[in-house]
Amino acid sequence: MMPLKLSRDALLALVLIALVGLIYLRFPAFASPASLLGVFNDTSILIILALGQMTVVLTRCIDLSMASNLALTGMCTAMLNASMPSIPIPVLVLAALAIGALLGSINGLLVWKLDIPPIVVTLGTLTIFRGIIFLISDGQWVNAHEMSPAFKALPRAEFAGLPMLSWVAVTCVICLYLLLTRTPLGRAFYAVGGNPDAAVYTGINVGKNRFNAFVLSGALSGIAGYLWVSRYAVAYVDIAAGFELDVVAACVIGGISIAGGTGTVVGAVLGALFLGVIKNALPVVNISPFWQQAISGAAIIIAVVFNARSARRPGRIILKQAERT
Amino acid sequence: MNHTDTTQPATPANRAPLPDRMRSPLLRVVASWEFLLVVVAIGIFLLNMQASPYFLDPWNLSDATFNFTEKAMIAFAMALVIISGEIDLSVASIIALVSTCMGFAVQMGADTGMLIVIGLLVGAACGAFNGFLVAGLGLPSIVVTIGTLSLFRGIAYIVLGDKAYSGYPESFAFFGQGYVWWVITFEMVLFVVLALLFYVLLHRTSFGRATIAIGNNPTTALFSGIRVSRVKFILFVLTGIMSAVAAICLTSRLGSTRPSIAVGWELEIVTMVVLGGVNILGGSGTIPGVVIAAIIMGMVTFGFGLLNVPGIVMSIFIGLLLITVIALPIIIRRTRLRMTR
Repeated sequence: MMPLKLSRDALLALVLIALVGLIYLRFPAFASPASLLGVFNDTSILIILALGQMTVVLTRCIDLSMASNLALTGMCTAMLNASMPSIPIPVLVLAALAIGALLGSINGLLVWKLDIPPIVVTLGTLTIFRGIIFLISDGQWVNAHEMSPAFKALPRAEFAGLPMLSWVAVTCVICLYLLLTRTPLGRAFYAVGGNPDAAVYTGINVGKNRFNAFVLSGALSGIAGYLWVSRYAVAYVDIAAGFELDVVAACVIGGISIAGGTGTVVGAVLGALFLGVIKNALPVVNISPFWQQAISGAAIIIAVVFNARSARRPGRIILKQAERT
Repeated sequence: MNHTDTTQPATPANRAPLPDRMRSPLLRVVASWEFLLVVVAIGIFLLNMQASPYFLDPWNLSDATFNFTEKAMIAFAMALVIISGEIDLSVASIIALVSTCMGFAVQMGADTGMLIVIGLLVGAACGAFNGFLVAGLGLPSIVVTIGTLSLFRGIAYIVLGDKAYSGYPESFAFFGQGYVWWVITFEMVLFVVLALLFYVLLHRTSFGRATIAIGNNPTTALFSGIRVSRVKFILFVLTGIMSAVAAICLTSRLGSTRPSIAVGWELEIVTMVVLGGVNILGGSGTIPGVVIAAIIMGMVTFGFGLLNVPGIVMSIFIGLLLITVIALPIIIRRTRLRMTR
């Protein structure tokens, strides 16, 4: 099981390197370290969200409300900052985490306590969260001049050559990696998605762990909400509309099985980077940005076909061995 | 009947499931989901009458039907797909692609007949692509159709970019703007005809029985001789064709095509189907339920419109409706279980 999973991540990494190499042949400037770091920085928010989505998908659920959660939390922090510029930024970041986690816990409670299918819950909250933004903002924008300089400066502040935005993504990746591979909670997420019935018999509370996964994905959406709003220095109803599909796409490309229980942090990061490279490369190679949606759609389909193929292979090998003996 | 053979003593164990069947037919009707929906529909109708004096005007009511007829056409096919245990989130993107292809054909000089043929073919092809991936390759429909949701609309964006197609022939306008008689629109007639067709298909044919059987248990369905993947493939093609029919009506009504046409409709259509009493996990559901649900959603949208409520607030309501409608039966079942224990 393990070497196969490693080889899938390695394969995706090779595809990614080949993609960058291909662009490098025509446009060498794209593959310069500074440009690649820029691509990473630009993909940071997608990476953070993909990590949250991955955790939820591991438990055999799906969170389609992430982009709406991001937008609502972003609007809340922006309005807080605009009305009370004296609130220190770390407090605002914590507030973003808390609001995001609260919204995630609504999803989680509905899935845990009422057993409603996650896709229905999050399709519902996707529209509800988006609508609430309209209600609290009255359809108004929060513009750059209404935000305090410190609010806007944080994601751009450089530390050891990398902007804070990238550092937050790196921190999230490391934390999630440790959480999923080194803690009982992480094992529980895999167990719940891998086989819910078996998880119950081993004493793991399936519903509660799904709730935990939704809270985690909510918190990550919340932090992404602050980062999005402060980075682009604007908050309005439609920010990140449809971004949930990119997040799901990143996970599927990263080899995280929608059936739950399979997937790695490395895969999710590579999946997000794959989309990030394509998005940033399109203008460089002179293809209209209108191609992006179709390309990510095609990438999802190819990835899911590929995932199904690689998942089927071990079954066949076992059968062959059984026949021989 | 021979009195000696199968009669057994009435032990509590084999008597337990009986009471459910001994309910009077009247009680069964009153306790059905469809009856509840009818009550809700009447309630909303009365509320709308209270809310606005303009509601009862026949022309207004006729206009109001546009809020649901096109979506309901897709919802009928979507109901079958969901009953079979799958889902199709790409329907709104199929509308965009079909509309774009028809717009392109107009630029090439196609007439109305050609437009219909092209539209239906493109829709069927999109559905067949979904069906091939889901039924042929056995991939999870939710991921596949999220992928094709991006892909189909993405192609529309590649073709159109930020431009729009217009200049549809005059005879093409009939499908979305034409009146058959007095206030009865062509779309209303089509809605009724399709509702009847889908009623027969789901409730009166072996294909419908097969669809329900697959949703309940695909494995037993397969072992009972149902060609599971073929039925699923046909259902996806059917959904593609119905999306094309809706696209023809919508394009004809708007008179132009933008790549952002019908954005987010998949959500409303799934809500409509689930509100109609179709089990989101598959295996049960009725067409009359979907019809009433469509009318309810149309009237709510229209009523809010009369009260000048912005569209996004309506979407909050639809989201809440979706969750409540699914949560309610679960809560009722649980409290009933708790009471009987």
